[in-house]
Amino acid sequence: MSSPSRVDLLLDLADDELILGWRNSEWTGIAPFLEEDVAFSSIAQNEIGHARALYELAARELGTDADAVAFDRPVAEYRSAPLVELRRLEWARTIARHWLYETADAVRLEVLKASDDAELAGIAAKIDREEVYHRIHAEMWIDRLLGSDEGRPRLDAALDELWPYALGVLDDELRPELVTRVEAKLGRSLPDVDPVPRGKHETELADLLEEMTSVRRSAPAGARW
Amino acid sequence: MPSVYEVFRRERPGAAMQHAGSIAAPDERFAEIYAREQYGRRGESDALWLVPRDAVQEIDDFVDEFDLKYRRVDGYSLKERLKEARELAGSSRRDEPGTP
Repeated sequence: MSSPSRVDLLLDLADDELILGWRNSEWTGIAPFLEEDVAFSSIAQNEIGHARALYELAARELGTDADAVAFDRPVAEYRSAPLVELRRLEWARTIARHWLYETADAVRLEVLKASDDAELAGIAAKIDREEVYHRIHAEMWIDRLLGSDEGRPRLDAALDELWPYALGVLDDELRPELVTRVEAKLGRSLPDVDPVPRGKHETELADLLEEMTSVRRSAPAGARW
Repeated sequence: MPSVYEVFRRERPGAAMQHAGSIAAPDERFAEIYAREQYGRRGESDALWLVPRDAVQEIDDFVDEFDLKYRRVDGYSLKERLKEARELAGSSRRDEPGTP
């Protein structure tokens, strides 16, 4: 397998964070209770902030700006993992995805933090300092749902459904580490399945991009915000 | 059932903690995350205190059967007393900033 270019690597991360940030923000105003609404919306904003920083690095190499990279590409050029594209406005699935993503993202960020590319290592470290709180948030929800008679079966079903997608967030060589961490936390093994790989988009992505870019497309070229 | 936590917030080192509001959370771990997000995400706080509401001892009954006005701040006029003191000392009201 050829290793992806620096821009592609930045876009893998940026697109994951932007799309997941958007998906998580769909809970704003309707999360299970007020405090969670504020916290989950804030986490969504953080993810979009990470995406912006990564798009800025990518845009510099591509000779354009972050907004153009984030909003003006055709669907097929997005590099996001299908895990973040799924629209699952149901709390157990949202928490399952949030935790699976944060766990996979932690594995990926640890590698990037040790990169020889100082700029990449620096931004990974900066992002990771915020992700610490996202992981705490995700893990406490996992503990809470696992500890409840209603929550556990719903979470387990959601985890089984999303597991092939979670594997698809990481490259082949990092997947075993994700399996180890997820199984250790859950105290059970997960199905041995083929990953749903990055680049094969869910139909929900086109709808999301349509909505996300509607304001930008409706404004005359050169509009400033 | 969620518990209520009272949140106190400090704007900068050395300032007094002030009551910021309260949050409901299932346990202390949730309370910490919710307090961080509600009272810290905009950089508006330098420190937070989280206090379970159950730990707060409230006192709301104050007895003053003999109407001891002189112990209350509105019990006498400070202005009058200062005027008397100045007259005794033979000086007039001083205008330096910071003097009462």
